[in-house]
Amino acid sequence: MLIGLKRIIRGGFINFWRSGTVAWAAVLVVTITLSVLTFLILLQSVLHFSLDQIKDKVDVTIYFYPGVSAEKINVLQQSLERLPEAENVAYTSAEEALRIFKERHANDYSTLEALEEIGENPLGASLNVKAKEVSQYETIANFLKEDNLLSIGSDNIIEKVNYYQNKLAIDRLNSIITGAQRLGFLITLILAIIAAIITFNTIRLTIYISREEIGVMRLVGASKMGVRGPFLIEGAIYGVIAAVVTMLIYLPLTFWLSRNMKDFLGLDIWSYYLSNFFQIFTIILSGGIILGMISSFLAIRKYLNK
Amino acid sequence: MIYFNNVTKIYNGDLVVLDDINLTIGAGEFVSVVGHSGAGKTTLVKMILADDHPTAGTVFFESNDIHKLRNMDLTNLRRRIGVVFQDFRLLSNKTAYENIAFAMEAVGKTDEEIASDVPHVLELVDLSHRIFHFPHQMSGGEKQRLAIARAIINQPELIIADEPTGNLDPVNTREVVQILKKINDLGTTVILTTHNPRVIDFLGRRVVTMDKGKVVRDDREGKGIM
Repeated sequence: MLIGLKRIIRGGFINFWRSGTVAWAAVLVVTITLSVLTFLILLQSVLHFSLDQIKDKVDVTIYFYPGVSAEKINVLQQSLERLPEAENVAYTSAEEALRIFKERHANDYSTLEALEEIGENPLGASLNVKAKEVSQYETIANFLKEDNLLSIGSDNIIEKVNYYQNKLAIDRLNSIITGAQRLGFLITLILAIIAAIITFNTIRLTIYISREEIGVMRLVGASKMGVRGPFLIEGAIYGVIAAVVTMLIYLPLTFWLSRNMKDFLGLDIWSYYLSNFFQIFTIILSGGIILGMISSFLAIRKYLNK
Repeated sequence: MIYFNNVTKIYNGDLVVLDDINLTIGAGEFVSVVGHSGAGKTTLVKMILADDHPTAGTVFFESNDIHKLRNMDLTNLRRRIGVVFQDFRLLSNKTAYENIAFAMEAVGKTDEEIASDVPHVLELVDLSHRIFHFPHQMSGGEKQRLAIARAIINQPELIIADEPTGNLDPVNTREVVQILKKINDLGTTVILTTHNPRVIDFLGRRVVTMDKGKVVRDDREGKGIM
């Protein structure tokens, strides 16, 4: 058993080494496939980063009537925090709201003068709610309906909730994000399938060249595994070499992208690549090995069954 | 040892290559199958290797119906047969040593056995000086001798030589036939297909003559009349 395995592995390496140009052509194609896969991984990360940035800009603010006590607001805050949809609920006191208002209108003297005229703080406290997903704001807005608030004793304290003003924009953004994610996944899937088909056909061609030898091996009494094994190892070698080459290619590439397109991408792709190097390498390496071995397995089947 | 019972092979519905063949080959025999190109010689030996299947009839190797064997049993059967082809069919990316070692590995021989037997068999076919050469670095005669070495290395019960001299000059032809004769003298059954009358005359053994897919003669000591 162990001797058989040793012979299969040795056979795979010898076949690869002696196949010369044909083997390197297969490595080249697998490298292109894995490069596409790496590109898709990076594209997905840029897409997710951009979508997260956009999602982060969406929130719902609950404005309270001036003079509502902090305790009452606190009760509502705690209720909101218990909602599974709520990621973060931030309290802004009336004083804090005034300070921010003044800062924002530091150069607007007429507004500041008007504020002085009033004499007291016209602004109420507010709660800023961030949901885990953009689609969950509606659930939070529903929670803030009068009958719900009545049950926790927080009725008649809310002046307005800006969700209703922003509903259209939030809904539209939500559908854009969902669409972008679906499109990204679909493009990834299609490109990955195309790349896998191209690889499969290239490996099929390399095995087609050896079809007569496969027949001879069977006629001299070699078992199916004895014939198939070295081809599987050869396929795995294509995958390993292609994975290493792909990772090396993306080092200068992501560095260049990072230097020249950081503003456009929004993400420091070089840092992302380096910090996730081993995760990406693991995906690419296993992808390469699986692709190489499965392609060899399927391609050789036809000639083995003779 | 080998029994053909009413074997017929028809390609594409109407091309009859073997027509109701009944033939028995005993253990230890040297049988030459002769006939013009297209007579059905190669198809006949392919049936023994299960490299092709009959349209009708059965082929037995001892008590085994060859075409009803399961994959593993067929592999085991093939290990009892050595094959030599006209076009050599050597493994092109393996050296002479590795070509023979591969056949030994297939039957589960150890590395030590391989290391000791391969040089010996190469010496037997006068190829010691080619041990680390690839097939493309050898002449036609050397390739065929290597193919014979591979065929006999596992001491098979049967050697099938399908037109082994077809691509060789007279000197190499004589050498190859002499080696096959020697193998037969040692007790191995040999089936040789050829269309070379000189080979038949030289051998002076049983000759089965085929024409248009039929066995038309079966002589104990045939002559090369074609």
